[in-house]
Amino acid sequence: MSDMQKPEPGIRLTEQQLRARRNRSIAIALALGAFVVVIFLVTLVKLGGNVLTRPM
Amino acid sequence: MSVTVARVEPSIAGAGDYIELMKPRVMSLVVFTALVGLYVAPGHIHPVMAGAALLCIAVGAGAAGALNMWYDADIDAKMARTAGRPIPRGHIAPGDAAAFGMTLAAFSIVTLGVLINWFSAALLAFTIFFYVVIYTMWLKRSTAQNIVIGGAAGALPPMIGWAAATGSIAVEPIVLFLIIFFWTPPHFWALSLYRTEDYVRAGIPMLPVVAGATETRRQILLYTLILAPLGVAPWLLGYAGLGYGVVAVVTGAIMIALALRVRTEREDHNASKQLFAFSILYLFLLFAMLLVDRMTGGLSSLFA
Repeated sequence: MSDMQKPEPGIRLTEQQLRARRNRSIAIALALGAFVVVIFLVTLVKLGGNVLTRPM
Repeated sequence: MSVTVARVEPSIAGAGDYIELMKPRVMSLVVFTALVGLYVAPGHIHPVMAGAALLCIAVGAGAAGALNMWYDADIDAKMARTAGRPIPRGHIAPGDAAAFGMTLAAFSIVTLGVLINWFSAALLAFTIFFYVVIYTMWLKRSTAQNIVIGGAAGALPPMIGWAAATGSIAVEPIVLFLIIFFWTPPHFWALSLYRTEDYVRAGIPMLPVVAGATETRRQILLYTLILAPLGVAPWLLGYAGLGYGVVAVVTGAIMIALALRVRTEREDHNASKQLFAFSILYLFLLFAMLLVDRMTGGLSSLFA
C-alpha cells in the first residue's frame, strides 16, 4: 500500500493547541497525584494504629 | 433529517485559564474565612483532616466560580472589569467551563462528605447551589437586592469550616456569617458606585443603576452602621479577647467614617474607592484577629 501521498485523516493540531493540551495533561496528572496523596494521608490519620488490626 | 453540527476548534486553554476560571482571589477569601471557622471551633481536628476539609471547600468555591463564569459569559464580555476572563477571551468554550464546574462541585462535595462529615458537605452543596442558581441565574439579573441576598453564599464558608470541625452549628459561626453578610453590600455597592456604567452596559440592576447614587450611598451607610457593632459582637459575647475587641472597635469606626464620607461625596469617587479598599482590609483583620486570639490560647482574654 502506498498511501505516502495522502494527507493523514483527522484534525491536525497547531503548535499552540499541542502545547495547551500538554499543559492541561500535566495539570490533570498533578491534580490526580495530589488527590491520591490526600486520600493516603487521611486514611493513615483515620485508621491510625488500627491499620494493622484485621479480623483473622 | 440533517443536523448541523458546529465545528469545535481544539482547545487552546492551558491550566492557567482553568485556574482563572476558579476565581482564585475569591477562593483565597473563602479558604481564609473557612479556616477561621474551622480553627475557632471547639475540640480538636487533626491538621491533615483540617487541610483536607479546606481543600474540599476551596475546590467547591472554585466550582461555584467556574459555573458563575459559564452562566455570566455574555455579561462578562460587556464589562471592562470582566471582559478578559477565559470564556469572553475565547480561551475556554462555555460548555467546557460548565463541565469543569459541575465535575469539581460533585467531587468536592462527595469528598468532603466521605472524608469529614456529611453535614459540612451538605452546607457546601447548599453554598454552591445558592451562589450559582439563586444568585447568578436568578437574582443578579432581576433585582437590586442581588448582592444583599446573594451575599449569603459568600458568608457561609466560616459555617462550613465550623461544621467540618464539629459536625454541628452554634451561635459563634452564625455571628461570623452575619458579619460577612452585612459586610457584602457596603463592599460591593462602594465598587458599583464607580463602575456604574459597566453595570448599565451589561444590563445588571445594581442599586446605583436602579435607585441612583444617592440612595446607594444612604444604604451603604445603613449597612455599615449594622456591620460595625456586629464586628464587635464576638468580643461582647465572650468568644474573643480584648485584642480582637480593640481592632473591631477601631476598624469599625473607620468603616463608619468612610461610609459617612461616601454619603456626602458627589462627583469624584475617592471615598467610594477608599471604602471598597478598606472594607477588604477590615474583614481580613477581623478574621485574622479571631485566629490570633485562638492561637494565643485566649491570652488576650485575660485582660478582658
